[in-house]
Amino acid sequence: MIGLNEFLLLSAALFCIGLYIVVAKRNAIQILIGVELMLNAAILNLVAFGKYDKINNGGQVFALFAIVLAAAVTAVALAIILNVYRQYKTIDPSKINKLGD
Amino acid sequence: MMLVKVMFYILAAIALGSALYVAAAKNLVRSVFMFFVTLFALAGLYVLALADFVAVTQIVIYVGGILVLILFAFMLSGRETLEVLQQQKGKFISLSKLPAVLLALMFFVVMFVALRQVNINDADWVKTAVAEGNIMKPDTVLVESIGVNLMTRYLLPFEAISILLLFALVGAAHLSRKEPQA
Repeated sequence: MIGLNEFLLLSAALFCIGLYIVVAKRNAIQILIGVELMLNAAILNLVAFGKYDKINNGGQVFALFAIVLAAAVTAVALAIILNVYRQYKTIDPSKINKLGD
Repeated sequence: MMLVKVMFYILAAIALGSALYVAAAKNLVRSVFMFFVTLFALAGLYVLALADFVAVTQIVIYVGGILVLILFAFMLSGRETLEVLQQQKGKFISLSKLPAVLLALMFFVVMFVALRQVNINDADWVKTAVAEGNIMKPDTVLVESIGVNLMTRYLLPFEAISILLLFALVGAAHLSRKEPQA
């Protein structure tokens, strides 16, 4: 089978691409996509480690939990982004520099 | 055995390439659709890591739920969102992106060196698992034991996460309601 090293290397690369997206992009939705990419890299690690836990399934169960958490994160973040857009007419995070009221 | 390796490298190349396209694309909607491809490739990689249930969940929740939600956010947030990105023309790597590129590359180098030095296959818990036969084979049936474990060993995190999901649902519904103009 495929060793752990390949999975870890791939997930490190995906994590770094996600980090680049989060730092470089100037659009809140793309930053959210970068966060999702980083979460997916973490889930890939969990799943790869889960191969060595046949009895308790620790890795895979927590990978499922992480996917559900990602869904919750996205729902709340998109609701916040829509509210921010309604208020500021932009979703560039560097232009959002006033308090709400 | 050989075929599995070939599949792994093909899927890894698809995942990395589409993720790089997401990072580089000028067109916002196109980058979201390329993110679909990344998620599908990652689901394939989960299958190769012998986690077929997680792979199916990934497709159902991520591709079916999260990406549709993101596309909805585009449609609701109007034309200007899309125009923001198309304004920034320029080369593939412009000077303003250089710090981000450097940060990502250096972080990758750190993790690469750490992986080379540690050699995870020699870790104690991996050796213990291999010695005790606590390792998944390609013909292991997993769904049953995942279900049993979810309802016994991991019951507390399961309930905690369902309560958190309820909170997130109520919070998202509250945030996205129409403000009464007063």
